[in-house]
Amino acid sequence: MKILMTTAVLLATTTGAFAQCASGLTMTEDTLTIATGNPAYFPWVIDDAPESKQGFEAAVAYAVAEKMGFTEDQVTWVRSSFDQAIQPGAKDFDVNLQQFSITEERDEIVDFSVPYYSAAMAVVTRQPVVDGGAKATLGSLKELAWGAHATTTAVPMLTEIVQPNADPLLYGDNADVVEAMKANQIDAALMDLPTALFTAAVLMDDGVVLGQFPPERSENPDQFGMILEEGNPLKACVDAALASLTSDGSLAAIEAEWLSATTGVPVIK
Amino acid sequence: MIAAASTFGVLLLLYVLIPLAPGWAGVKKSFFNAEVFAKTFPGLLDAFLLDVAIFLWSAPLIFILGLLIALCRDVRSPALYPLKLFGMAYTDIFRGVPVILVIYLIGFGIPGLGLPRPWNSPYIWGTVALVLTYSAYVAEVIRTGIESIHQSQRSAALSLGLSESDTMRYVVLPQAIRRVVPANMNLFIALQKDVALLSFIGPVEIFRQAGVYKSLMANFTPYVGAALIFLAITIPATRYADYLMAKQSRARQ
Amino acid sequence: MTQLHVRNLHKSFGSNQVCNGINLSVESGEMVCLIGASGSGKSTLLRCLNLLEPIDDGVIELDGVDISEPGLDPRPIRKRIGIVFQSYNLFPHMTAVENVMLAPRRVHGLSKESLLPAVTALFERFGLRDRMGHYPDQLSGGQQQRVAIVRALAMKPEIMLFDEITSALDPELVGEVLDVLRQLRSEGMTMVLATHEMGFARELATKVCFLDAGVILEEGPPSEVLASPAHPRTQAFLARVL
Repeated sequence: MKILMTTAVLLATTTGAFAQCASGLTMTEDTLTIATGNPAYFPWVIDDAPESKQGFEAAVAYAVAEKMGFTEDQVTWVRSSFDQAIQPGAKDFDVNLQQFSITEERDEIVDFSVPYYSAAMAVVTRQPVVDGGAKATLGSLKELAWGAHATTTAVPMLTEIVQPNADPLLYGDNADVVEAMKANQIDAALMDLPTALFTAAVLMDDGVVLGQFPPERSENPDQFGMILEEGNPLKACVDAALASLTSDGSLAAIEAEWLSATTGVPVIK
Repeated sequence: MIAAASTFGVLLLLYVLIPLAPGWAGVKKSFFNAEVFAKTFPGLLDAFLLDVAIFLWSAPLIFILGLLIALCRDVRSPALYPLKLFGMAYTDIFRGVPVILVIYLIGFGIPGLGLPRPWNSPYIWGTVALVLTYSAYVAEVIRTGIESIHQSQRSAALSLGLSESDTMRYVVLPQAIRRVVPANMNLFIALQKDVALLSFIGPVEIFRQAGVYKSLMANFTPYVGAALIFLAITIPATRYADYLMAKQSRARQ
Repeated sequence: MTQLHVRNLHKSFGSNQVCNGINLSVESGEMVCLIGASGSGKSTLLRCLNLLEPIDDGVIELDGVDISEPGLDPRPIRKRIGIVFQSYNLFPHMTAVENVMLAPRRVHGLSKESLLPAVTALFERFGLRDRMGHYPDQLSGGQQQRVAIVRALAMKPEIMLFDEITSALDPELVGEVLDVLRQLRSEGMTMVLATHEMGFARELATKVCFLDAGVILEEGPPSEVLASPAHPRTQAFLARVL
């Protein structure tokens, strides 16, 4: 059954007949229900208004929807948390995108689309810490007091690659991480590069992006994928749409439009 | 006999019926996953040590501050009236504001004023927040204990020539505190769980650690593990508090 | 010598005028018994004498010195006037001997060791030697009341006040407490008692005072007041209780 579906979808892809791809596979007929975070942060969504199509993930979402044959009015947004995405049972969305990193363990519980973004992890810190001698080298980073958003892949990255001398402090969201930095309780935090740039430039007065760990590093390239319910046949459709956007350069264009500032950040040695 | 039979019957029913629910396989995998449980349990136990430590250093401070506030509320001399007002305001405010709010305000707010390390540590100010909040509740409990001591005890002490402070210290307080031990025990059992709130401002105690595992493994079983560890402490503590209360009501008769 | 002199004592609780101008003289070594219905002001009068309650009007003089002046520190006076209550009011969390030693230790700054001989002697005098280590809930009512008396005596007061100390006791326990009072009387302690024990009053009192509605209506030697009361209300009261 699955092979037949995939074949049908591939045919649809090549013949461009996307309209049939998702039919009957979405929660609500003729509507694509997309979930994102509450709130949805810059630069992934601008002003917490995904319907505006402003922001990297908002733009990608609408591009994928269009490829799958949905018009703008046929896209509905809902808000959900990571927990709601991974809990067992039926979901209240077709796809969920909010900077979810694809990992093997998670893949056993939910389905991920093919990646739509390769995320570099970046170090955010404050000017006084840089003035105090912090450098973009692993040796220097080990000495710092670290914080991170507890439910992101920044945590295993810290423990496996940075291996700081002091145990990191962990927080419920990036806002709290920033608070802790402002209170000088931590020196530095690890977060994905676009969020890091936004944080340092806008959320902090003296924020600095010290360096980045490029996404193509050895062990675990950090890639974002959309989450779908485990075994959802819609995945093939979504993957086809993303494949198409990648091959025709649209995805790169969206990235260039919304995440252009990500060049020029030094790489951690 | 009948009680045992009916209890067994209910348990059997649950044991048979629950797995028949359509989503049970999914729920079991997500919440009661043996493999995840085994992998995460040691780390959770380790993180729990932090909860225990926070409890052990907070509880005495809470008791002492609670006692002081209760004494403030009990002052009788007109010259010390501001103390009494302070006591009332303190208990009203800190019993009225949610603990997590106090933790955020104090845990981030005070260090944000520019304290140097290590004085801006979330451990210090998170503890301060817990102590300030819980001592308000303890103060109220002790105050009701003090008020429950019959006036005649004070009269007897004063008539012997004892000072007000000696009367409080040797006659009223020992009786009052003993009387409210069960109520205080309940507060400290609640404290045991609220210690986890410090995780919001950074420290990686068991609740936070469970969350990290949940995120890494996309599985909620670590929370079940954390719950079991909590219950291992709170259930015996609750039973002991019940035992003390029963003992006290027997003694009164 | 007039040890205790009360003039025109007034005391009210809210709108309730309990003491309405009481005049009383107590000479050194006397035993004065106060009788009257409940609510007549006996307890309140005693509590005022011990300065547990501040008075609204009037004067209380101890050895000629006004002790009732408002603002005066009552503690030195309370050491000189002891009081025992109807409900004993022993401290339940302390043993008998700890109950007795608390005030001398805290007020006079004496150590447990230095007090023990004198305190033991006191317990001995009143037949309570073997009860010293017991807690109040391990003692009978009569024993508790006797310990309460010992506790007050340990402060070596000049005057002892007793507020119906046998009223809460089972009849068979009253005797042992009255024996203590007899003993104190024979030792010459100045005593003021509120009591219903008319037989006891007739036997030992120097003076009996009948209180009614907050004033002393009649006072005199027991042979007069109790045997042939002059005032009709005294007669009515005695008719009810005797």
